[in-house]
Amino acid sequence: MATEETAGPDLANDDIGEEARLALWRSQLEIRHVEQRAHDLFLQNLVKGTVHLSLGQEAVAAGFAVAMEDGDYTFCTYRGHAHTLARGAPMSGVLGELMGRECGLLAGKGGSMHLTSVEHGAMGSYAIIGAHLPIAMGAAWSAQYRGTSQVSVCFFGDGTTNIGAFHEALNMAKVWSLPVIFVCENNLYMEYTPIGDVTAVEHPAADRAPAYGMESIIVDGNDADAVYRVARTAYDRARSGGGPSLIEAKTYRQCGHSRADPGAYRPDEEVEEWLARDPVPAYRRRLLDFGFAESAVEGIEAEVLAAVDAATETARASPPPPPDILETEVYADGGAAWRN
Amino acid sequence: MAQLTCREAVAAAIAQEMRRDPSVVFLGEDIGAAGGVFKTTVGLFEEFGPDRVRDTPISEQAIIGAAMGAAMTGLRPIAELMFSDFFAVCWDLVANEIAKSRYMTNGQVSFPLVIRSANGGGARFGAQHSQAIENWAMMIPGLKVVAPSNPADIVGLLAASIRDPDPVVFFEQKSLYGTRGEVPDGEHVDALGTAKVLREGGDAAIVALAAMVPRAVAAAERLAAEGISCTVIDVRSLVPLDTRTILSAVSETGRLFTVEENPRLCGWGAEIASIAGEECFYDLDGPIVRITTPHIPLPSADNLEDLALPSVERIADTVRASMG
Ligand SMILES: Cc1ncc(C[n+]2csc(CCOP(=O)(O)OP(=O)(O)O)c2C)c(N)n1
Ligand SMILES: [Mg+2]
Repeated sequence: MATEETAGPDLANDDIGEEARLALWRSQLEIRHVEQRAHDLFLQNLVKGTVHLSLGQEAVAAGFAVAMEDGDYTFCTYRGHAHTLARGAPMSGVLGELMGRECGLLAGKGGSMHLTSVEHGAMGSYAIIGAHLPIAMGAAWSAQYRGTSQVSVCFFGDGTTNIGAFHEALNMAKVWSLPVIFVCENNLYMEYTPIGDVTAVEHPAADRAPAYGMESIIVDGNDADAVYRVARTAYDRARSGGGPSLIEAKTYRQCGHSRADPGAYRPDEEVEEWLARDPVPAYRRRLLDFGFAESAVEGIEAEVLAAVDAATETARASPPPPPDILETEVYADGGAAWRN
Repeated sequence: MAQLTCREAVAAAIAQEMRRDPSVVFLGEDIGAAGGVFKTTVGLFEEFGPDRVRDTPISEQAIIGAAMGAAMTGLRPIAELMFSDFFAVCWDLVANEIAKSRYMTNGQVSFPLVIRSANGGGARFGAQHSQAIENWAMMIPGLKVVAPSNPADIVGLLAASIRDPDPVVFFEQKSLYGTRGEVPDGEHVDALGTAKVLREGGDAAIVALAAMVPRAVAAAERLAAEGISCTVIDVRSLVPLDTRTILSAVSETGRLFTVEENPRLCGWGAEIASIAGEECFYDLDGPIVRITTPHIPLPSADNLEDLALPSVERIADTVRASMG
């Protein structure tokens, strides 16, 4: 089993480089602060419905997105704010959608669980467990058929490895040797049930990989550099015709499953252990170890915070969606007419 | 004009569209060298090769998901589900993902895809390979639903479905596959959302779909000999629905009969009956009558299946009795 360990700084041979490191830092901060803002806005009753935050899981989204190329496809779940932001979708569009405003990415028609920004390669957030694995596989088939070098990346949770669509998609992706990367964010829980209680194998994704002719890959999902490296290898494989990869990123959500869940089922020691492994302060230390100026590191955080504030104001100032969009975009003619 | 069977018409339509548009790709179980379990895809693999005509594993979710992912990224996939009963194993992809995603994303994604499937009874296959499920598809916002009754319409409407920018569920009635009919020479493309008046009469309108169409026509011929003259309409497309053609026949004749293969509850005829009741009430001279399969899973024995599906006799008897 190939396991990417968290390594200490190797200043002489930095295979990641300054630009990517700062991009990883910025991306993790953007996710962290937008998610915290989403949480605050929920408590103010400005975000309705539900939200599934990625607090604690930022390094997975950042690591894969920074290693991507424009034109690659991201498919994610209802826990998808992070992946949508990581592709560069505007914060105001994300927060506006959560708040049901006209400026939302989906003009208020989708909500938190369906964030999409096709122009940024964010091909949708899917809220039925497992559904998007075959869909991401189909996008990879399309890229292969059209002869592009695009890669399709599909993020999902540990719980998703127990639904049929996961297995169907992995098998077909391998048989057709498709440029798709399946990324399991193993945060140890499905909704409220520990994944180990309901899964026949220890590593829900990695232990299944050999059944589909793929390598077992586990990565520290709280280390953006480790994720970035694993992602780079998988992209290279996909772009060079080497077919799909399945990667299990071990991580932890620092909050409950959704806004309805205080997460009380989690042992205190477990929560403490993982809070100590918070990817954001860890990456800050990493950058300082690599000799980045503290002012530069903190300057990026100040920029991100200012951007989140500005996006919040834009979203708050945006009106609710106009009622006349209620019956638009059911069909490609822009309308909803089913009869003459 | 060429004489084709319905099964040959399916392959002819797919070939016609694959020749003109390289973005059209086709996937499903046993559709390649095997030519399809109903022999509806014979010759396609040989002409277009394995990149465009792809055999899949028995993975209906993967088939429909792959079609969706391909459609949203520039291809025009045709996916085959061997039997329409199998929609039940991939219904999430059809009803939750393909149908809703354009709306949920406020138009960011399009799904120019076709799901073809062998639908309906008459082959003595029993309840899990015989159901007519056009009403399942019809009730989902975002899908278009087509069910032709003859080879020319299969070519024209399948071509139109492949060119359509929206997801189309295309039902092929398996008991019609062997039926022969004339198909226009050259490229043939029809229009979705258009019903066809097959026969005009002054006393009643009989509205039918797919395998029920030839039965409705035969019943109308019998009734004509008895002095009851009926208009017969082939609905062809449930979504979009050509209510204009249907309602004008209702208004002209004053009577409406629907002939449906789907089980009784929430069959497509119920929707048409409700529209006619709302919009043509004062033109009606008698009750709207639905002739359907009873609300049962379909049995397999010859006599039981025949008894279940609306027959020429049952249609003629029902109309005659209701017309007094
Ligand atoms: C088919 C289906 N079953 C159940 C649910 C309800 N549900 C939503 S999220 C979730 C847990 C998913 O766990 P996992 O895949 O580990 O993802 P995580 O939420 O931990 O990111 C469940 C059961 C659903 N959305 N879809
Ligand atoms: Mg989980």
